[in-house]
Amino acid sequence: MNIGQSIIEALETLSGNKLRSGLTILGIVIGVGAVIAMLAVGQGAQNTITGAISGIGTNLVFVISGNDLLDVRNPKPLTLGDAQAIGDPFAAPDVLAVAPIIQGRVDVTTSGQTMSTSVTGTTPQYFSLQNYSLLEGDFLTQENLQGNASAVVIGPGVADKLFNRRNGVVGETIRINGQPFRVVGILQSKGGGMFGSQDNQVIVPFSTAQTRLIHRSVFNKVDQLYVQAVSAKAVPLATDEIKQILRQRHRTPVGVDDFTVFSQADFLSIATTVTGVFTIFLGGIAGISLLVGGIGIMNIMLVSVTERTREIGLRKALGARKRDILIQFLIESSMLSLIGGIIGILLGWFLGYVVGRIASATGNPFSPAISLNAILLATLFSAAVGLFFGIYPANRAAGLEPVEALRYE
Amino acid sequence: MEGEIKKDSVILAEDLTKVYQMGQVEVRALAGVSVNIERGEVVAIMGPSGSGKSTLMNILGCLDLPTSGKYILDGEAVETLNDDQLADIRNRKVGFIFQSFNLLSRTTALANVELPLRYAGKVPDRRDRARVALESVGLGDRMSHRPTELSGGQQQRVAIARALVNDPAIIMADEPTGNLDTKVGKEILDLLLSLNRDHGTTLIIVTHDQAIAAQSQRIIHLCDGLIEEKK
Repeated sequence: MNIGQSIIEALETLSGNKLRSGLTILGIVIGVGAVIAMLAVGQGAQNTITGAISGIGTNLVFVISGNDLLDVRNPKPLTLGDAQAIGDPFAAPDVLAVAPIIQGRVDVTTSGQTMSTSVTGTTPQYFSLQNYSLLEGDFLTQENLQGNASAVVIGPGVADKLFNRRNGVVGETIRINGQPFRVVGILQSKGGGMFGSQDNQVIVPFSTAQTRLIHRSVFNKVDQLYVQAVSAKAVPLATDEIKQILRQRHRTPVGVDDFTVFSQADFLSIATTVTGVFTIFLGGIAGISLLVGGIGIMNIMLVSVTERTREIGLRKALGARKRDILIQFLIESSMLSLIGGIIGILLGWFLGYVVGRIASATGNPFSPAISLNAILLATLFSAAVGLFFGIYPANRAAGLEPVEALRYE
Repeated sequence: MEGEIKKDSVILAEDLTKVYQMGQVEVRALAGVSVNIERGEVVAIMGPSGSGKSTLMNILGCLDLPTSGKYILDGEAVETLNDDQLADIRNRKVGFIFQSFNLLSRTTALANVELPLRYAGKVPDRRDRARVALESVGLGDRMSHRPTELSGGQQQRVAIARALVNDPAIIMADEPTGNLDTKVGKEILDLLLSLNRDHGTTLIIVTHDQAIAAQSQRIIHLCDGLIEEKK
């Protein structure tokens, strides 16, 4: 029997009982739609998170005080001295730049507006490390740093909130915790980051921050060090060099480090793993509904085989072989799942789109990504579901004895 | 002499038995039946219900295999064949006509007639052959009608066309007029007999109806799984 004709015949048979076929297809539509939508959301989340991590900069290594794996007593804080030592090109040839960071919360005001936001005290290197670019004005300079200058670079979100505009803000004065600062530059928008939006921060010279805004118990104490390696390949080398230098300076050449060094790549792989698990989890739950849809197909095909026992008997009397009957019923069940799969892909795409719209409406720009892989996977999987759950009923049909089947009422 | 009979015989069955296992009880539906039907004969199989005539027809039509005995249909030994080979034999050598027509209600008359050809492998002029068969039963103008749009007599004509389309060695009709009124039944019988007359088709009719049996050349009476043959 010719397959094209069998498919047409199967479609005719299925359309002969539209409500039943429709409901069976609906089960698959929901299953496939859920799988596609969940995979899209998972993939979108992964893209957003990895994008945010990559957006911090390139070839970055982060250093924080303390050890997150082992318990260390009285870890020595990181200091500006550590930063300078790591920045020494002879001690650490694979390090391109170092930026010490000190962070805190402050109130920023202009004549009319107040906002509470985070302040970062750092050095000029920070801007190149972070891949920042400017809407207008300049980054902080070495002179600002040495002169304890009251200069500030603000994020675009801060400009929006305080001035309702992003142009011509350079030269204005804002008050941070009541102290006047001159705006020297406005950052270009980078969107949401891992630790809140980077668009809402203000950046001041490290020296100014630690003397006037953020008071730490130890002078020159640094919250974090951002280090940039000379190249992606040099990241592990740079990491080793940083560890060597800090062990010496902290006098922990043997035993446990009292600091932690991790690279952007570590971050990325953790994030990818976490979002991957998340995606599998979502897809797995959605997969259960696809399984239920498949059982629906099996159920309806069993009913159909019973109803059409006489037809099967007749076909056998007319010369249909086992294989012909088997193929006929397999095509029917595959058609059910294939049609369901195609509609399900559209539904999943639509659901993903809706989730994306809701996310951006609530201020978390996030675009669910429907990959070709997900579509292929869902199509193949739904066809496989149709075949798998069709095999038992089709086998039952093919195995009927012609005499018995013809006599069936 | 023996070889001559085989040459002319389209059905040559020797000592057929069929035993059904109904739970603990063995039911002997056929207890040694020998039948020899020559090409072009019209044979009626009669007998009370439970006499084994349906069983005999199923075996002669290759829908079922005998428990023991020999059966040669149109030169092919049937009793040793497997399911697929039997399906093939049914397709090529046997045309069935049923009491309840057994047409596929979802498809047109033409598609119904075409059905055996679809199981026959590659038949290039399928549609044309189906058309010719429908025309030969007088339904040339009803090809695209569905069975539900046809009268009982017309439906049985479609079934006859379906039985004819593969040009089988024998046509087996199981109570072909049982669901029809007398007048239409007579028309159907006349059609079947004219096929025999014009094309020499071998006809085996299972029936209760004496009037039909009277028109056949030979009547095989079955009783309790055994034959009492009369002319």
